[in-house]
Amino acid sequence: MLLEQVNNIIAVLSGKGGVGKSTVSTQLALALRNMGYKVGLLDVDLCGPSVPYLLGLEGREIFMCDEGWVPIYTDESKTLAVMSIGFLLKNREDPVIWRGPKKTMMIKQFLTDVKWEAMDYLIIDTPPGTSDEHITVMECLKEMQCNGAVIVTTPQEVALDDVRKEITFCKKTGIRIMGIIENMSGFVCPSCSCCTNIFSSNGGSELAKYADIPHLGTLPIDPRVGVLAGTTASVLDELPDSPMANVMREVVEKLKSVKL
Amino acid sequence: MEAPPEHCPGVESEQAGKVSACAGCPNQGICSDPSKKLEDPGKALVAEALKDVKNKLLILSGKGGVGKSTVTSLLTRYLARSCPDSNFGVLDVDICGPSQPRILGALGENVHQSGSGWSPVGIDDNVCLMSIGFLLGSVDDAIIWRGPKKNGMIRQFLSEVDWGNLDLLLLDTPPGTSDEHLSVISYMRDDNQPESLRAILVTTPQEVALLDVRKEINFCKKQKIPIVGVIENMSSFRCGNCGNSSEIFPAKTGGAAAMCAEMGVPLLGSLPLDPQIAKACDSGEDITAIKNSTTEALEGICSRIMTSFRS
Repeated sequence: MLLEQVNNIIAVLSGKGGVGKSTVSTQLALALRNMGYKVGLLDVDLCGPSVPYLLGLEGREIFMCDEGWVPIYTDESKTLAVMSIGFLLKNREDPVIWRGPKKTMMIKQFLTDVKWEAMDYLIIDTPPGTSDEHITVMECLKEMQCNGAVIVTTPQEVALDDVRKEITFCKKTGIRIMGIIENMSGFVCPSCSCCTNIFSSNGGSELAKYADIPHLGTLPIDPRVGVLAGTTASVLDELPDSPMANVMREVVEKLKSVKL
Repeated sequence: MEAPPEHCPGVESEQAGKVSACAGCPNQGICSDPSKKLEDPGKALVAEALKDVKNKLLILSGKGGVGKSTVTSLLTRYLARSCPDSNFGVLDVDICGPSQPRILGALGENVHQSGSGWSPVGIDDNVCLMSIGFLLGSVDDAIIWRGPKKNGMIRQFLSEVDWGNLDLLLLDTPPGTSDEHLSVISYMRDDNQPESLRAILVTTPQEVALLDVRKEINFCKKQKIPIVGVIENMSSFRCGNCGNSSEIFPAKTGGAAAMCAEMGVPLLGSLPLDPQIAKACDSGEDITAIKNSTTEALEGICSRIMTSFRS
């Protein structure tokens, strides 16, 4: 069986782009590591990989061993293993101009030809949409012990329209939805503390109610989180009292309680 | 038309006729024979269907959620208002996540079939729209398609929609550099008239978006699509209460301006992060008649685009 040494697999999905899938994926992985788990993070966004940049791992090279590609470890403790197509590109500006079948082959390789060691959690970060990458991941996950999917959205209708499609995708392909995270909900002005709902508010929690799936938490817009990009710092360490850290803690607890 | 096999590599691919999916396909013989290398027959059909469309503009970005659809709608509406005698069309090429029906205020409309093909939905006197959103029974319906099926749909949108006489067709695309983008370009690029299909790139100021947009610029260069320029969206946010500006998506690496200078492409302008636009996108309202910082920025961007079309 594929990935048999992996205890829990969580896919991070959204029909919409730019809602924060990669930020949620990396922060989720870092939070779990903070709590003492061994974690893997697989980036299956082939045309726009963000994980190497977000974790400050750009320029690292992947090596081969007898059993396949060795993932990149963020430090010597080897508690966070990362795989992304970003590590296979010569230049960070190189485009990956591939049609579906080639993308499918690559994702299968990421799941079967990477020497993933024993780990507690594998987080899979995905591109937007309901197409080749997603179908392939779901087909592969059917053979594995996948806990389910976390869906990320922003509150405005134009994002929710696409996220509703992703929920239908999960239902049709038979993957359990662990819950919805509403991201970029409200921005608190640093000078006057007035909160503006730039992208509306409550859209994610209302969608959770409508679709009858758990609402895992609501994250505000916090530019300080964007500034953490390029490091392996978890919001739990760097901004321990921020709303983002508080919500991430709750989200992790809720995800941990979901058993196979 | 018979559907291609599910894993069809595409007739223009080097793998055409050679991969396992080709076994049993009635066209395998043609595809695998190098002397009979054919152009996709769709290309001629598309050229015929779009013969009265003067200019085509791709709205691209490697990154999702940066405002490609918002910018497409703002440009279309602003240009349509300033050039009432010209005709504009919008084609939503985002098959898995179509946003244009909502943003242009046409949710729930239907496309009608006529003798000359599908009629696009009229948005204004001189604006029409085609999107897969009009073909879905409900917003919840998902399009769970692999590449070849998406390509078939795009080909239909380009060759079987009765676009009529258009001065400009704007194509709103999904993020990435994959099937949708390759299909549109292979159907529409005219090597005799390379200037008839050009691209505008949309980005936000933070590096994680610029990273993907750089890939898209190199994609355009490889595909020989002239770039009109880059529009930076969500540049800064002005608090409605105290009036102070905040950088929501901090431009740690110099934002779009630095990237444009580095990659040698023009910067067309920056649009602020305006909650009013976000609201208008949800409700489908046209805000281009209002005077504010967004429409002021839009005016500059549109005049730069018009100048590039005249030159």
